[in-house]
Amino acid sequence: MPEAILTLDGVHTHIGPYHILHGVDLSVPEGGVAMLLGRNGAGKTTTLRTIMGLWKASRGAVRFRGKDITSLDTPAISRKGIAFVPEDMGIFTDLTVAENMTLAATRGAPDKRRLDWICDLFPPIRTFWESSAGTLSGGQKQMLSVARAIIEPRDLILIDEPTKGLAPAIIKSMTGALKQLKETETTIVLVEQNFAMARALGDTVAVMDDGRIIHAGDMAALAADAALQERLMGLSLEAHQ
Amino acid sequence: MSDTAIRPRIEQAGLADRLTAALPILLVPMLALLGFAAIGDATTWLTLTVAGLAMGLMIFVMASGLTVVFGLMDVINFGHGAFVSVGAFVGFTALAWMGGWTASPSVVLNLAAVFLAICAAALVTGAMGYAFERVIVMPVYGHHLKQILVTMGGLIVTQQLIHVIWGPDAIHLARPETLRGSVIVAGAAIEKYRIMAVGIGLALFLAMRYVLRSTRIGLLVRAGVENGEMVEALGYRIKRLFLMVFIAGSALAGLGGVMWGLYQETITAHMGSEILVLVFIVVIIGGLGSVEGCFIGALLVGLLSNYTAFLAPKIALVSTIGLMVVILMWRPQGLFPVVKAK
Amino acid sequence: MLKTLLSGDYPRSRVLSLVVLAIGISLLLAPFLYPGTKSLDTAAKIAIFVVLVASYDLLLGYTGIVSFAHTMFFGIGAYGTALTLSSMGPSFTAILLGMLAGAIVAAVFALAIGLFSLRVKAIFFAMVTLAIASAFAVLVSQLSGFTGGEDGLTYRIPRELTPGFRPIKEKLFGTAINGRLIAYYLIFFLSAFLFLVMLRIVNSPFGRTLQAVRDNGFRAEAIGYRAVLYRTTATVLSAVMAALSGSLLAIWLRYTGPATTLSMEIMVDILLMVVIGGMGTMYGAVIGATIFILAQTYLQDVMGVAEKATEALPLISVLVAPERWLLWLGVLFILSVYFFPAGIVGRLRGQGG
Repeated sequence: MPEAILTLDGVHTHIGPYHILHGVDLSVPEGGVAMLLGRNGAGKTTTLRTIMGLWKASRGAVRFRGKDITSLDTPAISRKGIAFVPEDMGIFTDLTVAENMTLAATRGAPDKRRLDWICDLFPPIRTFWESSAGTLSGGQKQMLSVARAIIEPRDLILIDEPTKGLAPAIIKSMTGALKQLKETETTIVLVEQNFAMARALGDTVAVMDDGRIIHAGDMAALAADAALQERLMGLSLEAHQ
Repeated sequence: MSDTAIRPRIEQAGLADRLTAALPILLVPMLALLGFAAIGDATTWLTLTVAGLAMGLMIFVMASGLTVVFGLMDVINFGHGAFVSVGAFVGFTALAWMGGWTASPSVVLNLAAVFLAICAAALVTGAMGYAFERVIVMPVYGHHLKQILVTMGGLIVTQQLIHVIWGPDAIHLARPETLRGSVIVAGAAIEKYRIMAVGIGLALFLAMRYVLRSTRIGLLVRAGVENGEMVEALGYRIKRLFLMVFIAGSALAGLGGVMWGLYQETITAHMGSEILVLVFIVVIIGGLGSVEGCFIGALLVGLLSNYTAFLAPKIALVSTIGLMVVILMWRPQGLFPVVKAK
Repeated sequence: MLKTLLSGDYPRSRVLSLVVLAIGISLLLAPFLYPGTKSLDTAAKIAIFVVLVASYDLLLGYTGIVSFAHTMFFGIGAYGTALTLSSMGPSFTAILLGMLAGAIVAAVFALAIGLFSLRVKAIFFAMVTLAIASAFAVLVSQLSGFTGGEDGLTYRIPRELTPGFRPIKEKLFGTAINGRLIAYYLIFFLSAFLFLVMLRIVNSPFGRTLQAVRDNGFRAEAIGYRAVLYRTTATVLSAVMAALSGSLLAIWLRYTGPATTLSMEIMVDILLMVVIGGMGTMYGAVIGATIFILAQTYLQDVMGVAEKATEALPLISVLVAPERWLLWLGVLFILSVYFFPAGIVGRLRGQGG
C-alpha cells in the first residue's frame, strides 16, 4: 500500500452544543480514490469540513503529508494543495462561469492546456463560459464545482456527494469524468451514497456510522464480500443501491 | 451527454419576467415622473431633481461601504456615521489650510482644493477605519448584539474626540469661490455645487462598479458576499479582504462627509449620526449587501426627500420611512436581495 | 413578603444588596436627607430612569433585541400626558387618561414595528427602529401646532402636586410638606411599583421563555413564529413601560419637549446605563441609572476641579474637562461590552462575564 497522504487520528468535532465526530481514524493512501460511505448523519460531511478547517477539531489530529494541519485556518489548508467541493457546490451564482474558474486559479491565470482538458471533461464549462453561473442547471453547477477544484493541479481533492439529486444520465457522465481525473496523480476523497458509483470508482473505502469509522479496507474486497456488504449495508447503505 | 439537453432556459425569460427584473431600476424615472406630476412646474422640478440626484449620490457614497461590509462579514457598523463626521472636519481643516486656493476665483485652484480636501479626509478616515476594525469590530465578529453596542460606543467616543479637537460648536464650511451660486439651465436655477456633487458621485459609482466587476479583488468581494466559506476554501483570507473593504468603506464615508459638509455648509460632530438614519434607510431599501440596490435606494431617497421637502416640508423624513415600508412590503429583503449561500 | 415583592429574584450579592438597599432608602428619604430643589430633581429623575432603563433591559438584556426606538415610546408617554394636561386642564383625570393613551399608542406602535421587522435579524430591527425613531422625533418637532415643536409644551398639573399646596403648615425634619413632595412620592412609589412589576415579568414563565429564545438560536428557530410572538410581546411590554415612565417625567417636569424625551442623546444615555449597570439583571437598571444621573449632575463639578488641578498639563487638562465626561463613559461602555457584559451587577455577583 502506498504511503498515506492524509491521516486523521482520533478526531472529535463539536458543532455548537452537538458532538458530531467521536474519534475518527482514517488513513488515505496517496493516489486513487478513497470512498467515504455511510448513511445520512453519519458524519461524512463533518469529516470533510474538519479536514478543510471549516469546523475545528476539538480533539485529535489531521495530518497532511505527515504535517499536522489541525490548527491551520482554511485558506492555509487550501494552499497546501487541498481542494474542496462542498455538498452545496459553493458556486458563486452572481459571477460568470469564467469568473468562478478564474478565482479558483490562485496562482495566476489558468493554464490554457489544463483548461482545455477540463473543458473536455466537462463540456458545459466551455459552452457556458461567459454565462452567469446562477443560470446553470444543477448538474452543470456540480461540474463547475469539480472543475473549479481542479483548475490547478491539486494533491488532494475532497468531494462531497457529487451525484446528489442528479439525473442518472448526468451521474454517468460525472462518474466518467471522475474516472479520468483519477488517471492523473491526484488523490480523491469522495463522499458518496450511491454504491454503484462507489464500486466503480473507489480504490479504498471507509464506512462511517455515528461519527466513527466502522470499516476500512479495499473497495474490491468489500465489493466481493456479499456478507460484509450485507452487514454494513444493513447498517449504513440501506436504500442507497 | 448533449449540451442541448441541459441548456439553461434563459432564452425563454418572457417580457414580463424581464420587466420585473428591471422594475427596481425603473423606479427612479418613475419617481421622477411622479414628482413632475405632483409639482407641475418644469423649472422647479428640474431644480429639485438635480438637488435630489446630488443628495442621493452623496448618500450612496457614504452608504456603499456600509452595505458591502455587511454583505461580506455580516457586520453592521453603527459607528459608520463617525467617519462621515470626521471626514467633514478633516476636510474643513484641509480647506482652511488652502485658504488661498479656495478664495481664488480660479476654477482649477478651487477644484484642486476640494480634491485635496477630499483626499485628506479619505486618507484619515481610511486609517481610522483600520483602527476601528482592529480595535472595535474584530473582537466581536459573529455577535450582532455586541457589534451594535460596541460600534455605537465607538461613535460616542469619536464624536467626543471631535469635540476635543475641533470644539463643540457647529462650524461653517464655506464652498470655494467658484462653486458658490447657481447656473441657469433651461430656465431652472441649479446650484453649481450640486452639479459637481452629481459628477463626483457618478464617477465614484462607475469606478466602484468597475472594481467590483472587472478586478480580481472585486470578484472576490462579490464571491465573498455570496459565500465567504467557499472563498476561504479556495485559499483566500476573507478577513483580510474584509479589512480592506472596511478601510475603503470608511474612506468613502469620510469622502462623502466632506461632500455632505460642503452641501450643508455647516458641520457638527453629530452630522454623521444624523445622516446615518438616511444611510440605513437606503441600504435597507436596496437590500443589505447590494451595491446596485444601495445606488437605486439612494437615488430614490434623494429624489423623494427633495420633492416632499418642496410639497410638504414637514413630512420629508417620514416620507422616506414610508418609502422603506412600502418597498419592504413588496420585497421583504429589499430591491436587490443578496443571494446568500447560507 | 420580600420574596413575593422581588419575585424571588434577589440581588444575589451582599454588596449589591447593600447598594440597592442604599439607593432605595436614599430615594425614599431623599426629600429629608438631601433638601434642595436640585437634589429632589435628581432623585425624581433617577426614579423615573430606573423604570425607563429597566424597561429597556427587558428588551436588550432579556430578549436580546437592540432597539433605538425606546425614547420614542418614552416620548409618546410624556406627550400623551402633556397633551391631555394642556387640553383638559390640570386634573388627575387628565393624567390618568394621558398615561392610558400614551401606553396604548406606544403598544400599538411597538406591535406594528415588531410584527413588521422582528421576523428578520436583530440587526435589521436595530436599523429600522433607529430610522423610525428619528423620523418620529423630526415629525414631533415639525408639528408645532400640535406638539409645541422644538419649544415643547408647558402645562399646569393638579394643584395638589405643586409647591403652592401646603396640607400641613409645619415643617417635618426641616422639610416643607407641600405638593411637590406629594408629586415626588407619587413618582417614587409608581416607579418602584413598575420596577417590581418588571421584576415579576422577567421571573415569570414568560420571562424565562424569552431568555431561552435569546440564548438558544437553534431552538428559537425551531419554535418559529412563536419566537416572533414572544419577541413582539416583549417589545410591546417594554414600550408600555417606557411610555409610563415618560408620563411620570411629564408630571414631574411640568414640561415636555423633544430634548427631554425624544432625542438620540437620551437613547444613548439609556444604552450606557443599561450596559454599564448590567444587561439582563434588572438591578443593573437601578445601579446604571443612579450612577449615570449622579455623574451627569455632579461628576462635571468634580471634573471641573480636576481640570483646574491639571491646568499645567495641556492635554490631560483637556481630557478631564467637565464636558468630556461622556467621552470617558463611552470608553467605559466599550470596555464593559468586551470585558464584563454583565456590567457592574455581574461584577458584584462575581460572574465577570
